[in-house]
Amino acid sequence: MSYNKRNDGRAFDELRPMDAKVGIIKNALGSAMFRIGKTVALAAVYGPSELFPKFLQKKEEGLLRCTYNMMAFSGSGTRVKPGPSRRSREIELVTRNALESVLDLSECPRAVINVNIELIQTDAGTRCAGICAASMALADAGFKMKDLVAAVSAGLVGDKIVLDLDYSEESFEEGAVDIPMAFMPRTGKIALLQLDGEITKEQLREAIKLAKKGCKQICEVQRQALKEKYKTEE
Amino acid sequence: MGILIEDKQIVVPGEEVAEGMDFLPAPGTFRDGDKIVACQLGLVNISGRLIKVIPLEGAYMPKRGDVVIGKINDLTYSNWFVDIGYAYEAALSMKEATTEFIERGAELTDYYTYDDVIVAKITNVTKSKSIDLSMIGPGLRKLQGGRLLEISAQKVPRVVGKQGSMISMIKEITNCQIIVGQNGRVWISGTEIWQERLASEAVLLIARKAHTHGLTDRVKAFLESGSKK
Repeated sequence: MSYNKRNDGRAFDELRPMDAKVGIIKNALGSAMFRIGKTVALAAVYGPSELFPKFLQKKEEGLLRCTYNMMAFSGSGTRVKPGPSRRSREIELVTRNALESVLDLSECPRAVINVNIELIQTDAGTRCAGICAASMALADAGFKMKDLVAAVSAGLVGDKIVLDLDYSEESFEEGAVDIPMAFMPRTGKIALLQLDGEITKEQLREAIKLAKKGCKQICEVQRQALKEKYKTEE
Repeated sequence: MGILIEDKQIVVPGEEVAEGMDFLPAPGTFRDGDKIVACQLGLVNISGRLIKVIPLEGAYMPKRGDVVIGKINDLTYSNWFVDIGYAYEAALSMKEATTEFIERGAELTDYYTYDDVIVAKITNVTKSKSIDLSMIGPGLRKLQGGRLLEISAQKVPRVVGKQGSMISMIKEITNCQIIVGQNGRVWISGTEIWQERLASEAVLLIARKAHTHGLTDRVKAFLESGSKK
């Protein structure tokens, strides 16, 4: 059976409706909310602060530390368990790698910058939503960055290449391939690329092309949100 | 070719501000090929050929020569350790702490003790951000009484104003003593409580509206309406 029409009626290259807001947590140095469809990510940036244990300190630059957590009530399925897990450790690592590729922390040697990502509602694409929110929160906190990072997943559902899979598509009966990708829209470089499933070379190329297009749209939303914080106060 | 984003506009990291080799990148921007790109969230400032971005938010990064307001956190046999709002504490050595002669075995808490608030100057910042402070110099002292506010360090220039115009206006109208540390801490002390409160509300107003135009007039109106009550 082929996948002819998407479950929520979107076009195959269409993103879910997005929403972004910056400066939502007053006590944090920078914070952001990013919503795509039913997935909502919050990110808060704290620091630079003292780093222990001491052997983790880097003499030349600061350390970026990310935490990722799906809240216990955030969605359905076996993934949502309270507390840290193997899966969340992996996502923390890839998120950190994606953000480190744009971030300049040479101004705060020995210190640590904490980025906390919380998913209050989930419907697939959480690591991408988390990266989007975290990159906005870091910009809001005034850190030096070469570019913003936008992230979205593309993939294969049935026999169709689609953009921005939701949970119903990710768990499609006939098999689905999920490719989360983080992208730097200005330089055109990829900051994260993961793949789960079987896919041909041509299909992968097409999926990456689609994800790049989606990331550019997301970046526009991120930019608007960052500017909005200062516009409304006029 | 030329300017892509006008002066005093808000940019986000990764936005291209200018094109071509006619311009030079200053703090907050960098050159990538023939483009000048913003690397911080802030206001574009074009002065002549230099393009910089004035940040609107950000943690305090200590610099040599900054006068900061700190709190004594700890003391050892030869040093006081001062929280100046950075990740690591700054060291105030005995030699730099006072011009008085400190006798061997003297009680160091007689000079500065835990939770004392001081105005100090940063004499040195090493590459790995070890910070040295000094208390020897005009206006550097222990603060007594008053209230302490904390604002973002990036907003200090607006609170002080051009050649101190903003801060002297607040001082004049509210009759308060005010010290603004480069680390974003503001100490306010007045004879009347309401004056202190008015001054601190004015400082917080500036911090909130730091990116807008015509701030001096707005603050002046706020202070005048407040002092009539």
